Amino acid sequence: MSGLDHQPPPLFKQGPAPLALLILYVCTSISLLVLDDRFRYTEPMRALLTQLTDPLKQVVQWPVIAFTRVDEYAVTLDQARQENAALKQARLVDAEKTQRLEILEAENQYLRKLLETKRILGARVQPATILYSARDPFNRRVILDRGTDQGVIEGQPVVDDQGVVGQVTRVAPDYAEVTLLTDRNQSIPAQVVRNGLRTVVFGTGDGRLEMRYMSSNADVQVGDWIVTSGIDGIYPRGLRVGKVESLESDPNGIFSKFILTPAAGMGRYGEVLLLEPVAVSTERPASLDRPADQASGTTMTKKKRKAQ
Amino acid sequence: MQIDFQSSRLLRPARPSFIRLTLLLAFFMNLLPTSFWPWFPDWVALVIVFWSIRSPLIVGTGSAFVLGILMDVVDGSLMGQHALAYVLMSYISRVMAHRILWLPLKQQLINVLPIIFAGACLQVLIRWFAGDELPSLFYFVQPLVTAALWVPATYVLMLPQFLSNDRDYERPI
Repeated sequence: MSGLDHQPPPLFKQGPAPLALLILYVCTSISLLVLDDRFRYTEPMRALLTQLTDPLKQVVQWPVIAFTRVDEYAVTLDQARQENAALKQARLVDAEKTQRLEILEAENQYLRKLLETKRILGARVQPATILYSARDPFNRRVILDRGTDQGVIEGQPVVDDQGVVGQVTRVAPDYAEVTLLTDRNQSIPAQVVRNGLRTVVFGTGDGRLEMRYMSSNADVQVGDWIVTSGIDGIYPRGLRVGKVESLESDPNGIFSKFILTPAAGMGRYGEVLLLEPVAVSTERPASLDRPADQASGTTMTKKKRKAQ
Repeated sequence: MQIDFQSSRLLRPARPSFIRLTLLLAFFMNLLPTSFWPWFPDWVALVIVFWSIRSPLIVGTGSAFVLGILMDVVDGSLMGQHALAYVLMSYISRVMAHRILWLPLKQQLINVLPIIFAGACLQVLIRWFAGDELPSLFYFVQPLVTAALWVPATYVLMLPQFLSNDRDYERPI
């Protein structure tokens, strides 16, 4: 009879009263909620726990990710051929565009030098793969396979071949969490391509974007492209954000709200690019501090003319 | 088999090591990248409710809190969102355990369903207070699926107890 190796359940020593424990844990949870939501004080604790749970996560997700890769590999030859032909055609078109772009970029650089602007737009890029999207249905977030080990920092903009995807909001050693533009808490400074009108685009949380509080006579039409304006020092200028889809007028007639469809493939699996945040210098140009030095400026231009 | 207290067969208590193993496995199942399926059950909630009813001395509000915090970290959700829901689910399960265990298995399911559903609704409420939008209606399928797993979970989680083979036929009961 091996039943004796079991201890009888304790009748009286049952630890602290369950109700007391309940109150303790509920109070702790609620304080954590407030600390995290209002003040973001729990980030160090989260980082520590992430270090612990990350290996587990990788072990568990390995079969799923491996299966996805095998599935991708099993694309039929026919599909690959068709894709190859289409890509070749696209490349020809692109090559022509690239050549024009090179010329334009060179010309642009020359003009910028001439104007002595110090804005640098040649952002360095790093490719990354979207591993999966976060399980929490309240967030519009995706996880990338690059982290601090590869030099990813918080705040980096993320783009794909069609436009801005979002921004890195949390980094771990080997993965980064990207909040998509469509997340409710996300906003991005932008401008209308057609006339340069500056605005801010907000995420709505349901897969679309919004331009709120536009004056009711703002010159925006359905079908206009909206691009980043680059004045925030994070997103480079001229990246596509979305296309104006419809207009929702305010009944009071003061403001109007525009609904945009995002340009990038939101929420699709695939490859994205991580850009370096563009730091825009906020210093006053030296020429403005010394208005008396105009004479030396003119001699400089004369010298340049001579050199040419 | 003793699914409820009306059966006359006595079972040994579940081994603490087995209970911890099931908690760990449930946590692993929740780590799977299943965001495409909003109805995918919350395994941790199911296992916590199950053991809070069956062995409240081993799994209680403490384990629920720890697992909840871990879920918050791996899901990237608000710190304390899962923890609060799991702690309350565990406590309510413990309080209702004496009643639930006297019922046949299908009626146990009916009693467990509101606990799990309330836990999911509480998470929606927390996110709503924090200023997030409400999820799609598919989200509310998830607690229903989780509760429906109560019947298979009972058989799976009690399997080692059912299979213990040192039956003493000389014993009067």
